[in-house]
This record gives sequence, structure tokens and C-alpha cells, in this order.
Amino acid sequence: MQIARSASDSSPRLMPNFVRHFSGRHPSPLQVITALIVALVSLPLGYLVLRAVGAGQAGIDILFEARTLTVLFNSLVLAGSVVIGASVIGVPFAWLTARTDLPFRRFWLVGGLLTMVIPSYIGAMIYIAAFGPRGGLQGMLEPLGVTQLPSIYGFWGAFFAITLFTYPYVVLPVRAALMNMDPAQEESARSLGLNRWRVFMRVTLPQLRPALASGMLLAALYTLSDFGAVALMRYDSFTRVIYLQYTSSFDRNRAAVLSLVLVVVTVGLLVLERRAASKKRNYRVGVGSQRILPPVALGKWRLPALAFCAALVLIGVVTPVSVLVMWFVNGMGDKSAELLQPVVNTVSVSGMTALVVGMLALPPALLAARSASRGNRLLVQFAYLGNVLPGLVVALALVFFAANYLPSLYQTLPVLILGYATRFLPLSISATSSALTQVNPRFEEVGRSLGLRSWQVMARIVVPLSRAGILGGMALVFLSVMKELPTTLLLSPTGFDTLPTEIWSAHAQVQLSRLGSPSLLLIAVSALSLLVILRQEQKSRG
Amino acid sequence: MTIPPPLIISHASKAYNGVPVLHDISLSVGAEQITALLGPSGCGKTTTLRLIAGFEAPDSGTITIQGRVVASASVRVATEDRRVGMVFQEYALFPHLSVTDNIAFGLKGNARDKQARVADVLRLVGLSGTGARMPYELSGGQQQRIALARALAPKPDLLLLDEPFSNLDATLRGQIRTEVRAILKAAGTTCVFVTHDQEEALSLADEVAVMLGGRVAQVAPPQTLYRRPATREVAAFVGEANFLNGEAQGATVVTALGRLPLREPHHGAVTVLLRPEGLRLSTGAAPAAATVLWREYYGHNQRLGLRLTDGTTLVARSDAYQDYGLGEEIGVHVQGRVQVFARV
Repeated sequence: MQIARSASDSSPRLMPNFVRHFSGRHPSPLQVITALIVALVSLPLGYLVLRAVGAGQAGIDILFEARTLTVLFNSLVLAGSVVIGASVIGVPFAWLTARTDLPFRRFWLVGGLLTMVIPSYIGAMIYIAAFGPRGGLQGMLEPLGVTQLPSIYGFWGAFFAITLFTYPYVVLPVRAALMNMDPAQEESARSLGLNRWRVFMRVTLPQLRPALASGMLLAALYTLSDFGAVALMRYDSFTRVIYLQYTSSFDRNRAAVLSLVLVVVTVGLLVLERRAASKKRNYRVGVGSQRILPPVALGKWRLPALAFCAALVLIGVVTPVSVLVMWFVNGMGDKSAELLQPVVNTVSVSGMTALVVGMLALPPALLAARSASRGNRLLVQFAYLGNVLPGLVVALALVFFAANYLPSLYQTLPVLILGYATRFLPLSISATSSALTQVNPRFEEVGRSLGLRSWQVMARIVVPLSRAGILGGMALVFLSVMKELPTTLLLSPTGFDTLPTEIWSAHAQVQLSRLGSPSLLLIAVSALSLLVILRQEQKSRG
Repeated sequence: MTIPPPLIISHASKAYNGVPVLHDISLSVGAEQITALLGPSGCGKTTTLRLIAGFEAPDSGTITIQGRVVASASVRVATEDRRVGMVFQEYALFPHLSVTDNIAFGLKGNARDKQARVADVLRLVGLSGTGARMPYELSGGQQQRIALARALAPKPDLLLLDEPFSNLDATLRGQIRTEVRAILKAAGTTCVFVTHDQEEALSLADEVAVMLGGRVAQVAPPQTLYRRPATREVAAFVGEANFLNGEAQGATVVTALGRLPLREPHHGAVTVLLRPEGLRLSTGAAPAAATVLWREYYGHNQRLGLRLTDGTTLVARSDAYQDYGLGEEIGVHVQGRVQVFARV
């Protein structure tokens, strides 16, 4: 999950002017297409508002119930704690792997980021299996006389699991920022007599602010919209309560109102993020490639740093892998050939979505990256709402919409892909617009001065130069779709088994042995796409 | 039928967010001529360049390239249709393409023709054989020449350069300027370049347009610009200048340095322009006495700060055969006829 920066340079002199201002003159094709795409992904939000408003007085009553406020409080506390936890883990980890001479940096980096690959529901299942009652850890400690561990359910379990899954969202942008910083600034500071710690606090950290804000926002949004982990850990935050309302009663009003409150909170977060992040030029001006800072020598800190990374990998990778292997081994002999169809289904629907979303993201990304007008940027911000909404809400909204207005399309693949697209379009827009912003506008001007039309400039200069970022965004979408549970649960056509649904039903039926193969498969494919992301990141630096 | 001049800007104005940047500028550039737009930062020269290229449109006025109106109240021809080549300050070579692909980028036609043309321009800029390299493998000077080659390859009607030498090492600049001028002349392309460095403008251009405060102050060949600046501001900006108050009385002007012959008759209060190299120095206090305040020795010549008896300070430049001590009293004599500006 990434939230984009706003458009780059605000100076009109430096930007190619092929996007006309949104000022009431007749809109450009780019604006029209973007508006259509935004309208498409705004359908769920529209339904939500309709439902909530349609509840009238009853809705207002629900809004101010003690129950609602409790849920709000729970969610905010969890999000805040996760953000702090993710930053406390993420920033040092990013710094260690990007800037120091830590041995086996690549190994720790991949290992530390792997938790991103584990879907939260699988991870929750794993940690319950490992640290919960009658779990692995208790089994190991029993000979020592420990008969009962503190309960993993509730706040601590949710906090623990979600922090582990979201700290990579802090690591990635902070790492990228650390690696792209101009070395000359830190070197100047050191020549002015600041020691390494003060350089970090006064020069490095302020420059990390946008990246850190971005990561923290992602962590907060992830927490608010996560369904699997909070449901399994039985923590009463929004998504769990909404789901229970929908499935147990037919009172959609309550669910709609709660969802609306959730949306308001998340939009509030986005507004905060905009304020915190400063606008700056991203493209690199100048001749030749950028110098890279020499790595910081850790010296006596090497051992603690290694211990830190090892602990992360132990909890984040080794534990899950052991649990999964145990499940797998227990489940061997089950008909694992039955998994072929779900795998094919999952991979193909994720791939299709990535492609669709990649294309849909281009017009809004172009608009966001190249336009100075506030109208245009506001338009693109609407596209982000799909990511702001929890998958659960999107799915339910589409279920209602399709069931009532498109009965022939109800519970079909296109609606499923639409659900995914609504959810994950912002990832692609963000990555694409970020990549586009990184392309020096000079290149476009040169292209035009050599006689190329705007679309040719796009195709031959801008897109090749931003390919790394665009593909990274698509890989992120692929990864996210593969893991996505609630949308999949509610929108999959009947009989269309996917890996997430397999896992969910296996756990619900407490057939833990069935969990092994599909989980391992899901994680393996997810890991592959993570490698893609990392390689793209590396390429875009060289 | 006469060939239309490659570029005519007529009464162009431009403002950004209500702040005027260009006020009614007009300029005409002759065929195969190299014209410099010279001025301090903020004077509007880069804006003018961008108007010519088509990246921006003037608020009023017209721009005509090769006889065709490309910008006016009713017309706006897009950059890609103007056949105007552009070299940016930072060269902007496409990092994902080789040298050959960069140069061939704007070419149309079959592969063989493109290849031949690329070879031609590479030879023109003196970098034959570098076709397979990538931009990051080249030095700054080489990148500049490839950027030049890329812009020249499609045989544009007009070539625009934005501060072409500011990114190069100062020591190389002189030599590279000479080379670039030779390349441009050999290519025969009409060229307009923007610079704030007057040395660059004077040495590279056939004609210089001095821009100050969004207006064109003077357009002239370098020698004329230096010897006969149109206004005091131009005189101050181009080259070093001393200004002395004086009272013009027809053919002569009375100043603190004595009565000086005027180039053109004038009357009334004037400001006299004195170039440092026009001040002749002698030991002894005649005809006008001055005290040496400071001295900069360059080996081949020297610069001296002088104070006249009435307190006016001047800068003089002379050969370095005579050493002058600080505080020494010397004589200052003005060579030739002087130019004056009316004092308002």
C-alpha cells in the first residue's frame, strides 16, 4: 500500500503544458477518462453514503451509541500503537540495511520484508497456533512447568500480528529515501562538526519525514482496514464488528453507519498525511549518476544490530515457516492435487487485475504527476477512496449493487475484478505517478522539440523511463490481490475457489492440516512478486 | 523572392500569475546567424527561449519562424511541429538509450538513412565511434556535444540552447566554446542561445540581444555592444564600466578627469562612460591626479582601483609592465573620444 505524493513541481515554467487547466474550459480527454475511472471506483462509496443516509434518524442513533464509540476507540488505539511499533522497528531496520556495513544485508532485507508477504489472516492463524493456548510455544514450555501463556487474543495479539505485517511498509519508503538522499548534505554536516548521531537527527531524519509519513500512513490504513487478523484475534475494531453485523443480522444500517465512520477516520488520516509530507522535486537534475554514501561502520554495534535483525527474522519468518511446515506435514496424504484449480484461479485473477489496474492507473497518474491545477489533483484523490475503504465494505457494497442492478453480472469474475480494482487502483496510481514524477520534464520537452507528438513522447520516453516504477506498482497490486480475503470471500463466483477462500474455510472448520499447502503456495507466489519489486527498485536506482 | 528570416518575435509579452516577465519584446534573427540572449537571471531570457520553442505561449504578440506564424492571438503551433531544436542546460540525454539512439530520436525515414545521418552528425561534433555508448559513460563535454548532435540531426530551422556551457568546468569552457561555434557554423544552422555570462555571449555570438527587466535593451554585434552601448544599464552589464558625472558642452564634456572630447555632440548634465582599459596611467600627477587604492595583478595585465581628487573612484586596466604601489599618486588620462548618456 502506498499513497502518492501530490504532483511534483508547482512552478508552471518547469512543467510541460499538455494538460490544460481545469478551469471550466472544455476538459481534456485525459481529464474525461480520469473522471470516468474515478466514477467507476467510487461506486462503493456512493452506495455506502446512500445506505447510511437512508437510515435516517436510526442511523444517527447508532452513530452516538456507546458501542460505536467503543469500536472507534478500539480501532484508533490499535492503529496508533501499530504505527508506533512499525516505525520503531522499521526505521532502524531500514537504516541498518541501507546505510551500514551490516553483514549479509541483502539476506536480512529480504528476510525482514518477508512478513509483508504473509497475509494477515494466515499470519494470525500462525501466531495463534504458535503462541496461543495449546500452541507450539506452550508445548515447548510445558516441560518447564508453564501450563498457560497469557492470552494471545484481544489487543496484544492484534497489535503483535499487525505490527509484524506492517513494518515493511515503513521500511520500503524510508529505505528508498535513505538511498536517494544527496550524500553531499550529510557530508557537509559532518564537515561542520556534527557527529554521526546528530547528523542523523538533524539532516537525515528531516529528509525522511515524507517517506516516514507515507509509511506510517500505510501502516495506519492497513490496520484500520484489516479484517483477517482482528477477526481471528477477536479484537473489536471496525472491520470485525461490521462483518459480524452483516452476517449475523440483516441490519445493514448499522454496518453502513459504522463503515461511514471508518471512512471518515481514514480520510482524516489522509488529510494529515498531506500536511506532513512536503512537496519536493523528485527528479534528479544534473550530469552523470548520483554518488552513493559509503556505508557506516557499525563496529561494536554490529552484534546488537545482528541480534535485532535475527529476532525479526525469527519471529517474522522462521516461526511462520515452522508452523506451516508442521501443518503441511500433518496434511500430507490429503488430496493436495485438489489445490491446482485454486492456484490457477488465484494467479490468473491476480494477474488480470494487475494488468487492468496498471492500465486504469495511467490516466489519473498522468494527471496527478503533470498537472498544476488543484481541480485535477482533487479529482485524482477521489480514486484513492477505494483504498481507504476496507475490502469488506467494498465487497459488500458491490454485492448489493450487483445483486440489485446487474443481476446477470452478480457473482461473476468481472465484478470480482472490479472489487479488487476499486481496492488497489490507488497502489498503482501512486507508484505510477511517483515514477512519472521522477522523469525529468526536460526529457519530454526535448522529445517534443525533436518533433514527437505527446503520445509518442509518452510511449518512447516517459513510460520506458518510468517502467520500473510502473511495474513495481503492478507487482504490488498482484501481491495484494493474492492475499486479499474479504473481497474474495464475498465476491468470488460460486465454485471459483481461490487460495484465500480455501484457507479461510479450512480454519473455520478447524482442519488445520488443510492449511499447510495452500498457505505455503500463497506465500511462495507472494515472495516471488516481492523479489520483482526489489529488483525493480534496484534497477530504477542504476 | 527573399528568404524569410528564420525568426521574428514581434511585440511579445508574457506574465506568470499576474507578474509580468516579458514586456513587449521584439527581435529578428538572420539566417545562419548565432544570436545570444544575454541578461542577468530573471530578465526573461529563458522565458523568451521557451516561447520560441513553443513550451509556453505569449500573452500577446507574434512569433514567426521561417515565415510561418507559430504563435499569435489566434494561432498556436505545437512544439513538435515547429522544427526547432533544443539543447538544455543539463543536456537531458535519454538515459535509457545509447548515443546513436539518442541522436536518431527525432529522425524519420528508413534505418539506413538514419544511420547515415547519425554518422554525419557524430563526425560533425567530433565524436565518431561513440555510437554504442550510453550517456552515463560520457564526460560532461561529450554529453553536451551529443545533445547538440541530437538537436542538429533532424536539420531544424532553428537551434535553441539554454545556458549551454554553465555545466562545464570553467577551464574547459573557452576551448569548448570555440569548438561549438565551429560546429554551429559548419552546420549552418540559425542559433539562439541564452546566457548570463557576457564573455560567452561576446565570444560566441554574431549578434547579442541584451535583455534587462523583461525588455530588449539593445541588439547589436558584440563589438558595437561593447563600444557603443545604447543605455547606461547595458554599458554596466556588458563589460566593466566606470561612470563619471559631467557637464556636456557641445563637442566636449567637463569631468573630474578634465575636458574630454565627445563622440557625438551633447548638452547638459550627462554620465560619461569610461571603460577601464580606456584609462591611460602615468607616473606623476598629470593630467588628472589619482591615488592608487588597490591593485590586482594578473601577470599579463593588472586592474587598479583609483580615487580622484574629488573622491570619485574608478577602475583602470593596464598592462603590467609598471608596478604601482598602494597610495601612490599617478596620472590618469582618457584615451580617445568618450560616450555619454543623458543624466536624468
